[in-house]
Amino acid sequence: MKTSLRRRLSNRLFLLATVGCALVALIPLFLILGRLVQDGMQSLNWAFLTQMPAPVGEVGGGMANAIMGTGMIVGMAMLIGIPLGIGGGIYLSEYGRGQLAFWLRYLSDLLAGTPSIVIGIFVYVLIVVPTKHFSALAGSVALGIMMVPTITRTTEEMLKMVPRDLREASLALGISQWRTILSIVLAAGSSGIITGILLSISRVAGETAPLLFTAFGNRFWNTDVSQPTAALPLQIFAYAISPYDDWQSQAWAGALLLIMLVLCLNVTARFIRRGH
Amino acid sequence: MSHIRIENLSVQFGDHQALRDVSIDVKRHAVTAIIGPSGCGKSTLIRSINRMHDTIPTSAVSGKIFLDGEDVLKMSDVTALRRRVGMVFQRPNPFPTMSIYDNVAAGLRLNGKQNRREMEERVVKSITQAALWNEVKDRLHKSPMSLSGGQQQRLCIARALAVQPEVLLLDEPCSALDPIATARVEELIDELKSRFTIVMVTHNMQQAARTSQYTAFMYMGQLIEYGNTTELFTKPKVQQTEDYITGRFG
Repeated sequence: MKTSLRRRLSNRLFLLATVGCALVALIPLFLILGRLVQDGMQSLNWAFLTQMPAPVGEVGGGMANAIMGTGMIVGMAMLIGIPLGIGGGIYLSEYGRGQLAFWLRYLSDLLAGTPSIVIGIFVYVLIVVPTKHFSALAGSVALGIMMVPTITRTTEEMLKMVPRDLREASLALGISQWRTILSIVLAAGSSGIITGILLSISRVAGETAPLLFTAFGNRFWNTDVSQPTAALPLQIFAYAISPYDDWQSQAWAGALLLIMLVLCLNVTARFIRRGH
Repeated sequence: MSHIRIENLSVQFGDHQALRDVSIDVKRHAVTAIIGPSGCGKSTLIRSINRMHDTIPTSAVSGKIFLDGEDVLKMSDVTALRRRVGMVFQRPNPFPTMSIYDNVAAGLRLNGKQNRREMEERVVKSITQAALWNEVKDRLHKSPMSLSGGQQQRLCIARALAVQPEVLLLDEPCSALDPIATARVEELIDELKSRFTIVMVTHNMQQAARTSQYTAFMYMGQLIEYGNTTELFTKPKVQQTEDYITGRFG
């Protein structure tokens, strides 16, 4: 009797404690969202999305160049990160045995944990120094490198979940191994892989540190990949630390836009996963 | 006349000897059943014929398997071999991301055959041969996952037939099916034997007796007895065979 009471009590206590922790963990998220909506909404308007930054001292203008820049940099990062990531994942899941696979897995995990600023510096040395230019391309390479480990590991996990039956069914039809992997195995794992890709995009879209030494930022419209280019996180950073109220308010709007973008990607990813 | 001649075939996975010195002649355009208790090497034997063991790195295959006189184990193009020797598996395994039509077309399409009219003819013919046409003709472009287990298995047979093999290997094709679906598949096997050489693994002795002309009994990786189905079931020559078919063990 006594022990059962004690057990029930301690059970209650721990349940309460964990629920409490969960709520406390959620508080910052809601505070951030609340603050972003509150401060960002007033500047998030059509002009913000379509106009260029106004000259210093003038009120108004927008971040059209940064939105475009982020689109361009992330787009090119996808061209780099997705094929490499999927290719690596296919190797690890379909062929990966022995030393090479071990090191690939290990390095991929290591890369996933590498601070993004380190990747930024690496790309600075690799591309910016030799070309003597900050550029969108350098920014894309940095973000692309960051995407690779996530995509590699999701692809590997998803392909490993594809039943052996399906591979055998395909091989037994006289379909070659590479066709089997591309047309049967990859198709069966595609929804999970797409989810992984979307999540990795949403992760790098908000990165600032690796762009500081690579894309650098630009107050003007630029579509030349070899030139310094604006990006939302960079512009938010520059505006947020500025002394002008108008700029600070625009930084909030930029942050809101960025978080909406990330949220959209996450929701889409979740939707695809469930749809499967 | 024999279509497949297996001589002294042994298969090993790591240190496990799955098949020991098996020799067997498979007759053309007939059903050969392979029976025996679980783990006796039935599946290992038929999977050797289309070289499915190639995909398992620890496997070691020795001996000879002649398909119309040509040694299968020495063939350089394994995909060409597998187009001649089709296979249907224990559990129905249609490609879930493809439609019913595309499942049957997969073997042609992914082998680089592109002519649309020809492909369509072949797909329709294969589904008809697999006695599935009336059930799927109105939903060819729907997912195969909506079909029943028995229909899915006949779809897998149609898929195998579409690449026009000479030999069909059936690895316990009915073990996941209910009795009615099983009867339909058996009926189908009976029809197909006039055009294909069929080797069927089954753990169901009645099924072997019903559908096959020749039966091989295997035990512990060895071929114990092989012969005419009626004779093997009524006058087995080896005591072990008799014990197994009369239900004394297994």
